[in-house]
Amino acid sequence: MTSHLEGQELTLNMGPQHPSTHGVLRLVLKLEGERVKSVECVIGYLHRGVEKIGENRTYAQFAPYVDRMDYVSAVSNGLGYCLAVEHLIAVEAPARAQCVRIIFAELNRIASHLLWLGTHALDIGAMTALFYTMREREDVLKIFENYCGARLTTHAFRIGGLQYDLYEGFEAETRSFCESFKKRLDEYEKLLTKNPIWLERLKGVGVLSAEDCLAYGVSGPMIRASGVAWDLRKSNPYSGYGQYDFEVPTATSGDSYDRYLVRIEEMRQSIRIIEQGLERIPAGPILAKVPKVLKPAAGEVYISVEAPKGELGYYIVSDGSLHPYRVRVRPPSFINLATLEKIAVGALVADVVAIIGTIDIVLGEVDR
Amino acid sequence: MSQEAKPAPVMASEAWEDPLTASLSTAFPDAGLSFARFRGQEFVIVPAAQVPALAEYLREREGFCYFTDLTVVDYPNDALRFETVIHLYALDKARRIRLKSRIADTAEFPSLSGIYAAANWLEREAFDMFGVRFAGHPNLKRILLPEDWQGHPLRKEKSILAMDNEWVRRHLEIESGQ
Repeated sequence: MTSHLEGQELTLNMGPQHPSTHGVLRLVLKLEGERVKSVECVIGYLHRGVEKIGENRTYAQFAPYVDRMDYVSAVSNGLGYCLAVEHLIAVEAPARAQCVRIIFAELNRIASHLLWLGTHALDIGAMTALFYTMREREDVLKIFENYCGARLTTHAFRIGGLQYDLYEGFEAETRSFCESFKKRLDEYEKLLTKNPIWLERLKGVGVLSAEDCLAYGVSGPMIRASGVAWDLRKSNPYSGYGQYDFEVPTATSGDSYDRYLVRIEEMRQSIRIIEQGLERIPAGPILAKVPKVLKPAAGEVYISVEAPKGELGYYIVSDGSLHPYRVRVRPPSFINLATLEKIAVGALVADVVAIIGTIDIVLGEVDR
Repeated sequence: MSQEAKPAPVMASEAWEDPLTASLSTAFPDAGLSFARFRGQEFVIVPAAQVPALAEYLREREGFCYFTDLTVVDYPNDALRFETVIHLYALDKARRIRLKSRIADTAEFPSLSGIYAAANWLEREAFDMFGVRFAGHPNLKRILLPEDWQGHPLRKEKSILAMDNEWVRRHLEIESGQ
């Protein structure tokens, strides 16, 4: 039977309902034996026209919609959008709001990386990690829930600052989470970092060079795993990140294993930022003076934040009316995913699963 | 909530002059570049035909090696209706620049996918959403919408309630997506 197939090209359709594609990603693989000759990503199954909706809503009305793009890191989405509109109307959030925003954004980075780690390990065949990461992620989601009532699509921030002040017990809860999470991270590493199967499946798989990262516009943990120490929180600090002491973890070989190491270390740095934030939450107002009816002067801004997946940007054009004339979202997942068509070539089919996993996409953001 | 056609807004901006604008004016003396900034963000208005040369110059000489984003804004009442907006970033200077250029409904925009690989998918998205064609793109087809979808939803004349309902009826067997 096999001799018949030798040298023949086989087209394999993977997804959109394949569990390891993390949503509704469809891949058309051209195979020669077990080796991938070419990959084509077919996306858009989750397209909801977010940018068109933005043109039909007021500035404040659109804010909850952005949570539903990368729905596992809604806080970062909301932060980017609020910062963009604030820049457009030349308003700055008060110091207390900025500090709280950073704490929540970092908590969300941890939640996002945890979901990534658990599901990615599951794809590779390490089922245990998922149960641990879900347990810790639950602690973060509980903090979100106590703060604003929502767990995933939090809509935690408002244009100009925050709607809610911190609840009683927030600091204690967050502090105890930080304390226990440091030990948990070590446990994850014990499970995975030196695990021979884990190494075998990830080392040297899906290598992306620094040059390719730049050419493809790759951002976030992916570009840092390829050796480019670029993080918007450091290079173009927003919301007061400049006052925090943290490192930008990098790795050198740009393979799936390095992307794993970078994300693990990023969670440690996030804990550092949160602890510093808790030390210095300033007293004072939580919302700047923002008009109830928002009509920004005609103009345009581009503001981006370091979301867990990479550079999340908003390009907003105002024509001076109640509705944005154009809202463009620069989605990190979409742009990072484009590299798959390059790095999966020559890999084994099973490796494609590992590569998709470490690119860390959320289809809600890829398709918008 | 259809959007009535309005004249293009007059965008607020102020003059922008620094070593970078001087360098660009010297390198492209007859290109008709104009420089401005708004809220501290700098942009160059450039004729479409000059964009590839300008982008290449910015990458090779000024360190703008990172292609952040490409998108389109539609001004249906203008003769040059589509404004292509490109964001470039220089990692070593942590600096951003925006290139804006206008083309007519029927014109083509030169593809940048040969200079920046990132432009490939972003140009496909712009084509999908606005119907802007990119000359020299290796694979210009829809990316987010189905291939047999009719129309380009982010054009201003497209009402949010009047997208391709025929497609929805045919494939999903419901009256409309609304």
